[in-house]
Amino acid sequence: MNTVMTSENLTSGDIVINGSVGTPFCDDAKMSMRNVNVFYAENQAIHDVSLDLAKNQVTALIGPSGCGKSTFLRCINRMNDLIPQCKVTGSFVMDGAELYAKNMDPVLLRARVGMVFQKPNPFPKSIYENVAYGPKIHGLATSKSELDEIVETSLQKAGLFNEVKDRLDKPGTGLSGGQQQRLCIARTIAVSPEVILMDEPASALDPIATAVIEELISELKEKYTIAIVTHSMQQAARVSQKTAYFHLGKLVEMGDTKQIFTNPSHQLTENYISGRFG
Amino acid sequence: MTTTHLAFAVIIIALFSYWLGIKRAITVAGGEQHTRQLVSLPSQYGLLTAFWCGLPAILFLLIWSAIEASIVDSLLIQQVMLTLDTTAQQNMSLLVNNIKILAEKVQLNEDVSAATALQLQHAAYYTELNTKATWLKTLLTLVIAVGCVAVLLTKIKQSFHARNNLEKIVSGLLFTCSGIALLTTIGIVMSVLFESIAFFSKVPVTEFLFGTQWSPQIAMRADQVGGSGAFGAIPLFVGTILISTIAMCLAIPVGLMIAIYLSQYASPRLRSVAKPMLEILAGVPTVVYGFFAALTVAPLIRDFGILVDLPIVAESALAAGLVMGVMIIPFVSSLSEDALTAVPAALKEGSIGMGATHSETIRKVLFPAAIPGIVGAILLAVSRAIGETMIVVMAAGLAANLTFNPIESVTTVTVQIVSLLKGDQEFDSAKTLAAFALGLMLFITTLALNIAALKIVRKYREQYD
Amino acid sequence: MTKQDPQTMPRSAVTEKIELGLAKRHRRENIFRAFGLTAVIFGFILVFFLLFDITSKALPAFHQHWVKVDVNYSEKSLRYAAGDNLADLSYRNTLRKSIYETFPEVKARRDKRQLNGLFSSNAEFAIKEHLIANPDHLGTTQPVWVRVDDDVDVYLKEVEKLGEPLVRIDQKEAQWIKTLVDNGAIEKRFNIEFFTSSDSREPELAGVRGALTGTFLTMIVTLVLSFPLGVAAAVYLEEFAPKNRWTDMIEVNINNLAAVPSIIFGLLGLAVIINLFGMPRSAPLVGGIVLTLMTLPTIIIASRASIKAVPPSIREAAMGLGASRVQTTFSHVLPMAMPGILTGTIIGMAQALGETAPLLMIGMVAFIVDVPSSFTDASTVMPVQIFLWADSPERGFLAKTSAAILVLLGFLFLMNASAAYLRRRFESK
Repeated sequence: MNTVMTSENLTSGDIVINGSVGTPFCDDAKMSMRNVNVFYAENQAIHDVSLDLAKNQVTALIGPSGCGKSTFLRCINRMNDLIPQCKVTGSFVMDGAELYAKNMDPVLLRARVGMVFQKPNPFPKSIYENVAYGPKIHGLATSKSELDEIVETSLQKAGLFNEVKDRLDKPGTGLSGGQQQRLCIARTIAVSPEVILMDEPASALDPIATAVIEELISELKEKYTIAIVTHSMQQAARVSQKTAYFHLGKLVEMGDTKQIFTNPSHQLTENYISGRFG
Repeated sequence: MTTTHLAFAVIIIALFSYWLGIKRAITVAGGEQHTRQLVSLPSQYGLLTAFWCGLPAILFLLIWSAIEASIVDSLLIQQVMLTLDTTAQQNMSLLVNNIKILAEKVQLNEDVSAATALQLQHAAYYTELNTKATWLKTLLTLVIAVGCVAVLLTKIKQSFHARNNLEKIVSGLLFTCSGIALLTTIGIVMSVLFESIAFFSKVPVTEFLFGTQWSPQIAMRADQVGGSGAFGAIPLFVGTILISTIAMCLAIPVGLMIAIYLSQYASPRLRSVAKPMLEILAGVPTVVYGFFAALTVAPLIRDFGILVDLPIVAESALAAGLVMGVMIIPFVSSLSEDALTAVPAALKEGSIGMGATHSETIRKVLFPAAIPGIVGAILLAVSRAIGETMIVVMAAGLAANLTFNPIESVTTVTVQIVSLLKGDQEFDSAKTLAAFALGLMLFITTLALNIAALKIVRKYREQYD
Repeated sequence: MTKQDPQTMPRSAVTEKIELGLAKRHRRENIFRAFGLTAVIFGFILVFFLLFDITSKALPAFHQHWVKVDVNYSEKSLRYAAGDNLADLSYRNTLRKSIYETFPEVKARRDKRQLNGLFSSNAEFAIKEHLIANPDHLGTTQPVWVRVDDDVDVYLKEVEKLGEPLVRIDQKEAQWIKTLVDNGAIEKRFNIEFFTSSDSREPELAGVRGALTGTFLTMIVTLVLSFPLGVAAAVYLEEFAPKNRWTDMIEVNINNLAAVPSIIFGLLGLAVIINLFGMPRSAPLVGGIVLTLMTLPTIIIASRASIKAVPPSIREAAMGLGASRVQTTFSHVLPMAMPGILTGTIIGMAQALGETAPLLMIGMVAFIVDVPSSFTDASTVMPVQIFLWADSPERGFLAKTSAAILVLLGFLFLMNASAAYLRRRFESK
């Protein structure tokens, strides 16, 4: 079902989005986004969104498809720079530094803010080379043994090391879907980012692989600040501490996950999580 | 009637029989109003009749035209044999030719006083044979055309499935057309193979493949066929490899960089001007490149050589190779661009998302992923360089020097094929046959390269589809 | 050495490590990018240089210098007696005498020969034609414009200061030319003959009409054969062929045939079409057949792609109404695929138009003065004409060659532009 705002399925008048409800700001914020607008050529994809990512917590971005949650996520590590017609306004601040400032190097930014994609995308290289890719280009390892060390710890943290330790020189594309996605996570954490952005990381996986990934996310939040875009409300409820609900490019509600799922303040949020559309 | 006239006549008869077929169909149906009684449309009966009329007649005409000349010749030779003694029969082909020319002169009422009575007699016989053949051809063609129509018209009944028959004929025709490509290949293989076998009976294969002396002109003198070392093709192979290497040294880096820049960096505006630029480079005929190489680039390179005190010959391998490289640039760049754009965008995002710079992404992720496609493109480009003819014919030399020095003159396989076959040929001399042996080598090499390239490219496509 | 796990390092340490290498990495990025841009610019320079080089060499060919000779049609020099046919008179003698009268100071035999050399060998025919057209000029002196020799023509086009020797014109000849120019006896005219006359050994007389006609005839044969054959083959392979080894073989075969060097097709033409079937050498018919075999793969591949692009729903709709496979194909699929097929055909024809090598093999390389009038006449084509002229030592042919190239490129441009136009119209629908 993809129709949203019609008089048949939504009754009350207070569903018009006038600013967001809940608490988009938190005290211990790793990143703070303020008044963000995103345009693709003439179309505005994000309308005046402000929210914080709490340090060492998992923030879930949910909402019906086309609501702009992925777009917002990609703006955080400036992946949208790759799209020429895309224009971003507002401020993105991480540890006091403005991400869209002139002197901010997107290369460094993307090393500090890693990204895991919807479809597992391991490079057509060996498992070892996949994980070593980041440390190599960034010059993080000065010796082979140091590199080996990084690869091993990264794979361990991604919970993949025991499965692949005997075939590190085999191509990464030969792994199963879930393993591939964990390989991509290992690849991302190999450059020790501070924030990890995950764009529906489990949507292409079967339930068992999804459970493994979710467990991994819960472990990772000890060290990293994580933002995850997901289609599945159950997943958001399981892995996240904070949840932001997006609708048609606007932030509708933001708050503690528990509160959002048990007692949403906004009519739209309630409609969405109770499955009346989405 | 000439064959062309006859063909036209057959077409007119076919058009007429189209009308006849329709008429007949309507008649058997019992009038205009009852055509629904027929199992097919009246026009289908008409078309079928027309095909029945035209196809056999045209087919006959083609076969007849192909064999007529040789039959007439053999009949003429028989006649000449009867009247001449054996000594005069030595130069039969010349004799026959003279008779034909004489016959033509007689027909044009030219002066034939120089001819002997016997020759005139032969000429008259030849003319008579030709006339008979033409009459026979005309008669048979028309009989076949009309006869087939008559047979078909009697077959037309209410229950006669014209449509099915028609469609069988049409699909048969289409099938035949699709076979032409296969016939072409068979023709190529046969023609180069047979002449090559004839050549290798005169010159040993090992000598051709491993000999280092190439001077085919020597074989024109009597009794010097083979054994003289004049047909060693190694210098030609080396020359071909040298010029192709120079070409690839220019085309691969430039073509690849153009492909990378256009697919990864260029703005849509630059792309929209650069694409036509490459199309122009690709569309310029090779003879134009040859002219450019021989009259502009070669003198430039020679002048440059004089400037740096380096003696560069006018027909240096460098000039031909560089211009050939220019010709191949668009070929390499468009195929490599296809290979690069076929790499899934997710890989590029993955790399950029980790903080790799654009060029690191290209060099370490995109390029390795596209390597099979690029290798395929390069193999096809090499095959094209090896088979390229006009540039080397116009800008490279004829002398078979065994050297890898790019500022000297070398010759190539294709240059030698052209120079051996350009003038008049005698089909039994080793010189002429050598061209076909070279053609065979060229065909085998390029075929192997093409098959390998297509295989690699196809496998690569499957990987990402 | 103490091992440090980057994850346990303080965050800023990793960042610092990355920052160390950033400048170098960005420099490399810029260099790489500059390389790419250089390659693209190099391509542009090549195209401009190629076109500029050929155009600048070609421009002189569109003009030709003419010289005025005051021809003394005296009966004596013509060796004319009453009742003689005007076509059979001694015009060469007359021309020479008239030339000597213009330069009375030239006495030595060698000088006289040199002086004669300044005029085209065609001049005597020009003054003959003049007299035949104006019989009443017999016995009078008339100004007649004739062509200058090609060396003089080149000299006049290239010389900076009249009267100076240059290339094949020595001091003496240069002075004579200067005199003629000073007397207003030299005129530069548009060289319409370049398009209306055929090949000649003399550059000042050579034109492209014969080659253009030959090209035209050859292209007609190629089109008439390759279009129906190519489309029929494509239709069969796309719409009728069962998927089996036979069609697989044909498919592989077509792909390979498309990459066979063109000269191999020339060998095929020579061995099979000329030697086996006994067709005439140098004929547009044979040339057309060879080029057909060569362009067929291009047309088949393009047509198949175009037919494949017709949505299956069209076929299903037609067949659902009871049309047969053949009817569906010919009345629905083919018309929809036609623009794509035509585009492919034009591109194939453009390829054939520029092809030279296979035609050398089948003898279309002969020197042919007559304009071919049928498909079996000996003839040559534009690319081969270019090849022949490029091989000629006379300097006058340099401009002619370039001009012929311009004409050929013009045709190619027109064909490709129409193909692009067709494609765009098709795509916008």
